[in-house]
Amino acid sequence: MSKHHEIDEATGVSTTGHVWDGDLKELNKPLPRWWLYTMYACTVWAIGYWILYPAWPTVNGYTKGMLGYSQRETVMREVQDGRKAQESFRKELAATPMADVRKKPEVLRFANAIGAAAFGTNCAPCHGRGAQGFSGYPNLNDDDWIWGGTIDDIHKTISFGIRGEHADSRAGEMPKFGIDKLLEPAQINDTAEYVLSMSKKSNDAAAAGRGSKVYAENCAACHGEKGEGNKELGAPNLADAIWLYGSRKDDVIMSIATGRGGKMPAWSGRLDDVTVKALAVYVHNLGGGK
Amino acid sequence: MTNAQIERNTLSDGLATLGAVIAAIVGVAIGLNSPDAAMSFHGFVFAASAIVAGLYVMLWADKSAPQPTPGTDIAYLDGPIRFATLASIFWGIAGFLVGDIIAWQLAFPVLNLDMPWTSFGRLRPLHTSAVIFAFGGNVLLATSLYVVQRTSHARLPGRWSPWFIVYGYNVFILIAGTGYLLGVTQSKEYAEPEWYADLWLTIVWVVYLLVFLGTLMKRRESHIYVANWFYLAFIVTIAMLHIVNNLALPISIWEPKSYIIYAGVQDAMTQWWYGHNAVGFFLTAGFLGIMYYFIPKRVERPVYSYRLSIVHFWTLIFLYIWAGPHHLHYTALPDWAQTLGMTFSIILWMPSWGGMINGLMTLSGAWDKLRTDPVVRLLVVSVAFYGMSTFEGPLMSIKAVNSLSHYTDWTIGHVHSGALGWVAMVSFGAIYCLVPWLWNRRALYSIKLVEWHFWVSTIGIVLYITAMWVSGIMQGLMWRAYDRLGILSYSFVETVEAMHPYYIIRAVGGLLFVIGSLIMAYNVWRTIRGDEPVDAKDQPRVAAAPGLRLQPAE
Repeated sequence: MSKHHEIDEATGVSTTGHVWDGDLKELNKPLPRWWLYTMYACTVWAIGYWILYPAWPTVNGYTKGMLGYSQRETVMREVQDGRKAQESFRKELAATPMADVRKKPEVLRFANAIGAAAFGTNCAPCHGRGAQGFSGYPNLNDDDWIWGGTIDDIHKTISFGIRGEHADSRAGEMPKFGIDKLLEPAQINDTAEYVLSMSKKSNDAAAAGRGSKVYAENCAACHGEKGEGNKELGAPNLADAIWLYGSRKDDVIMSIATGRGGKMPAWSGRLDDVTVKALAVYVHNLGGGK
Repeated sequence: MTNAQIERNTLSDGLATLGAVIAAIVGVAIGLNSPDAAMSFHGFVFAASAIVAGLYVMLWADKSAPQPTPGTDIAYLDGPIRFATLASIFWGIAGFLVGDIIAWQLAFPVLNLDMPWTSFGRLRPLHTSAVIFAFGGNVLLATSLYVVQRTSHARLPGRWSPWFIVYGYNVFILIAGTGYLLGVTQSKEYAEPEWYADLWLTIVWVVYLLVFLGTLMKRRESHIYVANWFYLAFIVTIAMLHIVNNLALPISIWEPKSYIIYAGVQDAMTQWWYGHNAVGFFLTAGFLGIMYYFIPKRVERPVYSYRLSIVHFWTLIFLYIWAGPHHLHYTALPDWAQTLGMTFSIILWMPSWGGMINGLMTLSGAWDKLRTDPVVRLLVVSVAFYGMSTFEGPLMSIKAVNSLSHYTDWTIGHVHSGALGWVAMVSFGAIYCLVPWLWNRRALYSIKLVEWHFWVSTIGIVLYITAMWVSGIMQGLMWRAYDRLGILSYSFVETVEAMHPYYIIRAVGGLLFVIGSLIMAYNVWRTIRGDEPVDAKDQPRVAAAPGLRLQPAE
């Protein structure tokens, strides 16, 4: 190894004289000034920050800083401010009877605002951000209501859920005609044809004719003679063009065979009463409310 | 060989075989006794690996005396380095590919395939560990063992211990990776492997430290080269981080499940002290070691400033260790700890940039090589990305900025500008240097393909980062938008919907990066196979192995 401090031609700077692996050398350049001063500036800034804010642990606590900053107090204050801003509105919404909410524009506007926010967080994952629904999750914009479309019906559905564990949950099970072997596959096929014929979608009049008898014996009690449905039992209208699980024959066969039995959780207890009320107002106000 | 040498070699072979037999017995014991299917499988994998290693030592290994490496006067031990180089390419492609698959899963959740083994939750740690520890780790093993020998002018100590390091490390990777797929995890980010894999890694790592230190002690140069300071800092600190963060009590020695000894916010703090310093010492210090050897070597220029290397080395390793709490802003972590994490991150800005300055300015007098040598371009662009992400990092550690960026895709973009732009690009540059040197070739098979690799992956990275900037900042702004009554303006699903197009752009960028790595694998394979280089005349003289290099024109 050479100790020769040679001058590098390209830069005119001397090397440190160390050489490794044949040709690895280092130039003897000073620290770039801008680099050094920027590092000093960052350090000074940090020291200033330590003086102003909580920074260094001590034996039985920590340095509190001159500004008296506390993250916990700040967030508590901000939450309090938000609560305070909403307080009078919340009180008024709570005090207003459901039927009268629409008559008070201020209350209605507030209910729609917090209802929309709560809907986006809690309901949109299933019903869609625009409440347009998906297969198995009803569209909430139309006026076709499985469990009733008055504001009180909607409020009850949201509060207690559907086919859930809450004592007041909406209940109504459709038998699993296929799984439990209550009907033969051929009968299910015929019934599906009959159900489709109610909305003029059947292509097989003979099968639909056979299915009408099965329907009358097994389905009419809940869905009605003409398929008009029954909101007390959550039995959907089968004669209209709106289909919760799809209108293809295979979808209908699947519904008859499995009974579907879609569920919705109860929101009372998960959300506060005022929010649940606001959700009912919001959903009712989407356009299809009765 | 002298009789003493033969005796010593016989003794090492005997000890290595004994070690393999003990490991095989432990593996079979775990395989037979563990009631957990995954751990039992791991026991047998471990035993099989040990048996292969033992047979290699006894039957297949070359027992002749080592010959001086061509072009040098020392018989360097390069076998383990060749092994780690190939392993890094293999794991790199696997890790990039899994990363791109999960990027598509985020855009199209149906690609989770509804199976536990293919779900995002299991593939994500597989991706992160494969790229950081399997790809990055093998690159670090290969380059550090190469560099420490060359710059110390000494062969690695031990007959089998360097082999044990690279082989044992890859067995760890195999056990950790298959564990993720089978659902074995302790749920600590970047430290997912369970206790038995952690213990094995600890053994491997201690041997690594000893072999590295042993080479430095045997060195025939009076000074320790700067790259080795960084490698040593990386090895020592990773040992400390790994052990402290993984202190856990298994529920039984035959069960994979364990409980970490820390609780609540202490656990979070320890985890991010570990997590951030994994970035600082694994992905920064270690790869700066690569930069400090391969850039001056490839461009044949002296390191820009010796003084800067000293000052930025010591400030970097002193400051990095404080920065972890910036991962826990606005959490249950006490205010004072958050302040220290943030302020030390800010002071860290210049020490990080010291490495960038030294890397870039080493090209003084040789800037034309950026135009003519795509390997130099890979190395230099990696340093530019390093500079960019080490500016972005301190910026994001400022609490006001962090309140926007935290938990958003901005963080993902930041990580990948460091991981793809810095870590992977500098690794590619080093691999392109190493392969002809290690396999004693006159040049790479094709420098043109390196050019293609460079552009394809650079475009991929730019797509990735810009998509994540837009998506992350948008996501953060949507989350924090609320009206004067404190009512949120957007729901979570709306933010997810809004990010969808950027997820697709990101996945396309990732795909380009995967394609780039396949181009590299092809080029490396043709080079190793010994195919005649198609464009040797376009490659610099240092592309050749030391023994085949033309002397520079005086």
